[in-house]
Amino acid sequence: MPRLTQYFLRASLIYLLLGFTFGSLILTQKGIPFAPFLWALLPLHVESVLIGWMTQFAMGVAFWILPRLGPTRPRGNETWSWIAFFTLNLGIWLSWIPSWNMVLPGRFLELFALLLFVWGNWPRLYPALWTVDRRR
Amino acid sequence: MPQPTRWFVKASLLYLLLGLILGIFQNTGLGRSLNLFPTFLHVLTFGWLTQLIFGIAIWMFPAHSKEQPRGPVWTGWTALIALNVGVLLRLFFEPLQSIRPSPLGGWMLIFSALLQWLAGVAFFVNIWPRIKGR
Repeated sequence: MPRLTQYFLRASLIYLLLGFTFGSLILTQKGIPFAPFLWALLPLHVESVLIGWMTQFAMGVAFWILPRLGPTRPRGNETWSWIAFFTLNLGIWLSWIPSWNMVLPGRFLELFALLLFVWGNWPRLYPALWTVDRRR
Repeated sequence: MPQPTRWFVKASLLYLLLGLILGIFQNTGLGRSLNLFPTFLHVLTFGWLTQLIFGIAIWMFPAHSKEQPRGPVWTGWTALIALNVGVLLRLFFEPLQSIRPSPLGGWMLIFSALLQWLAGVAFFVNIWPRIKGR
């Protein structure tokens, strides 16, 4: 398992715990209302679960198991995926701060991160390249 | 494929089916009056997607140890049972609570919340040590 995948997966598990905790608090409030302010956690719950947990987990596993390009640089130029990791997490943190009006920049960073990840790993979606390498 | 994974994948497929049916039903008059949208979302994101990820990860991630290649056995079963009982309770009591609130329904939702959280913790305990280089 490459180091970047380990970073992606550990971060996604932390978001899983956070997202599930926020969601459980909201559902508890729905069951027996005791603290209406807990509804303010809803955007954090959605962001943590959909982007922080699921998307980040999928990116980590994809970086690990997509076809390799060859023996020297099996995952191509990894820089794009590393920048995507930091940008995605910065985007999530920014989008958690609605009072500072940082949701929009946060979402743009998330989009930028996804584009960088796709750019960095797109060449790995062509198994023909690997076949060509093996024939040489 | 380990036993909990088989159940995770089978249950996730059933939730996918159920989620798609709920998606149709929530657009009917009765479905709208039951306020099914939050339940529909959680059946798909939790019952289907998260459950499938849990099952496959427990199966495919690097071995925990030679003695316990897929981590402590109780974590997989706890995650499976807690997740499914949690979602089923939510599926029944969340719409019911929106049309006919009762203390029993309220406590069942709290129990559901606790179980769903426990499923996440059990998965975390299983997978965290298995994220490693070799």
